Amino acid sequence: MRFVLDGDQRDFAGALESLLSGADTVAAARAWADGDHAPGLALWRRLAELGVLSLATDATPVEVAIAFEALGRHAVPGPWIESAAYLPVALGREVEGVATVALPPHVPHALDADVADEVYVGSTLVDEVGEQLGSVDPTRRLFRVVGDGPVDLDGPVREAFDLAVLATAAELLGAGERVLADAVAYVKQRKQFGREIGSYQAIKHALADVRIALDFARPLVHGAALGEVDVSAAKVACGDAAYLASRTGLQVHGAIGYTQELDLSLWLTRIRALVTAWGTPAFHRGRLLQQLGAS
Amino acid sequence: MDLTLSESELAFQAEAREWLAANVPAEPLPSMDTEAGWRAHQEWEARLAEARWSVVSWPTEYSGREASLVEWVVFEEEYYRAGAPGRVSQNGIFLLAPIIFDHGTQEQQDRFLPTMATGERIWAQCWSEPEAGSDLASLRSTARRDDERGGWVLNGQKTWSSRAALAHWGFGLFRSDPEAQRHAGLTYFLFPLDADGITVRPIAQLDGEAGFAEVFFEDVFVPDSDVLGAPGDGWRVAMSTAGNERGLSLRSPGRFCAAADRLVELFRSTEQPPAGAGDRVVDAWVRAQAYRLYTWGTVTRLAAGGDMGAAGSVNKVFWSELDIALHETALDLLGPEAEVASPWLDGYTFSLSGPIYAGTNEIQRNIVAERILGLPREVRK
Repeated sequence: MRFVLDGDQRDFAGALESLLSGADTVAAARAWADGDHAPGLALWRRLAELGVLSLATDATPVEVAIAFEALGRHAVPGPWIESAAYLPVALGREVEGVATVALPPHVPHALDADVADEVYVGSTLVDEVGEQLGSVDPTRRLFRVVGDGPVDLDGPVREAFDLAVLATAAELLGAGERVLADAVAYVKQRKQFGREIGSYQAIKHALADVRIALDFARPLVHGAALGEVDVSAAKVACGDAAYLASRTGLQVHGAIGYTQELDLSLWLTRIRALVTAWGTPAFHRGRLLQQLGAS
Repeated sequence: MDLTLSESELAFQAEAREWLAANVPAEPLPSMDTEAGWRAHQEWEARLAEARWSVVSWPTEYSGREASLVEWVVFEEEYYRAGAPGRVSQNGIFLLAPIIFDHGTQEQQDRFLPTMATGERIWAQCWSEPEAGSDLASLRSTARRDDERGGWVLNGQKTWSSRAALAHWGFGLFRSDPEAQRHAGLTYFLFPLDADGITVRPIAQLDGEAGFAEVFFEDVFVPDSDVLGAPGDGWRVAMSTAGNERGLSLRSPGRFCAAADRLVELFRSTEQPPAGAGDRVVDAWVRAQAYRLYTWGTVTRLAAGGDMGAAGSVNKVFWSELDIALHETALDLLGPEAEVASPWLDGYTFSLSGPIYAGTNEIQRNIVAERILGLPREVRK
């Protein structure tokens, strides 16, 4: 019984953190949203060198969770869940370059298909995709696809899908942590009525609730990575906690939080997109209810 | 990172499970806040103690098994899974005993711990006062030095003292230095509730039972041998109890996991559950699992020498709100029958006190915001 990250895992998290905090991921995400993939692809290669693309095949789900929490914390753009979680398991091999996948109905569109070397619909490699769709998150460039019918999650793709769900949960957790950290920093310096707004109990209690929600979402991510609980539990809890972080983070920032210019917007829109990505909350709750033998 | 139990932990688990299966009363005991229920719960404590299951984490010489934190959590899981009775000795074994082990003299340990382990002497906590609730440090009950008799004379009033209506002894904080302000000059006292000058007035709780009481002190003499820790150091001594209460010991995960499993059962057997009830059942179950896993993380950190710190406040808000959500969901599933007396209704009524006792959830959120998030302290007078 040792339910904390071990030394190697902490080192890996530290290496990712130091790479990403020095990489101007915000600029890469903004460029990506504008259709300039160069900085994001440079970041892609550096993360690939650190082994992020081979975690699904060579490491354990715990390392996958560590990596995606860091990607979420830094709003890294690109089809990482597809390339580093789903496809390596579904294909049985590491992805070369950039790849993406649509998996109707849960993943109805192909993320970043314009930059991907390989685009799958279900298990079929496709040559063409349809029109681009606007996402709530401008860094998520979605493309319509035609092809395979609804995916059967009780079939062989289950394992790949579940790893993608775990990755999404971890990314939400990291994004939620970032929003909380930025909100705390903001309310410590913003003054109204002659004092820091973070000294008001209304603000304190709202942010304390975010801290509590995130603290109880993390063990479900690690527990799911160890196979102790279903990944759906992690996805539900991380979706709720990160969404609470985004709503509260926006509210305590006030009007400045509602601007695209403030970097906070990257995380607010990412969280909203990920809440319904790789299985909606309703889908995951339904799956859990079924597993509990109660539906 | 791993969540597996060792061979010896598995053996401990199996032994606990077997004993509980053979010994847990088939029918729930009457409420411990009635006289008949009180006796039944004391008898249950004696039975636990006889088989050395009453205080598993204590040293062997005080009837414990020297169980590790991991084993303690495992025992609690088995205890609640087996549907075993609530612990009438809870205030003593979980809140006071850690203080006696840390701050008590050898003589105090030998005098107080054995009867606590057997449930022969039940303890009540006497902390809050009519004017000192969330702001506990503003308490006014006094302790006056009496050098002639070698002790202290207590005066004042305590209230919301859990179990005090029927308990034998109490523990509480009194202002021993009238010049000192707030946290300074408080002393931690132990006293028999039938001492001369003590009057206990039971208070009926929301469910009608006298789960707590007011305690009046009029020139009550307490010898030096019943002072816990150094005179004037009571706040520091008491706060180590508060950390225990909010953190691990008061609410073990086994309790919520067992209740969540029962909730799933209730949902399965409900023919026409209200719309959306399935989602709420799932959420309660997920949160119980989160609490269990979070606890394993806490146990790992504590075993490595860390301390609970302000994380106890994170814990307390979470379990108290989970407890209410879980029982509210059960009542909604029961439909029009929800108002009829049942274990779910008892559990619901009890759960309502969770966000209030052991420091209100508002105070806990202040602690999370100030000590964990580092937000500016409220101006306090």
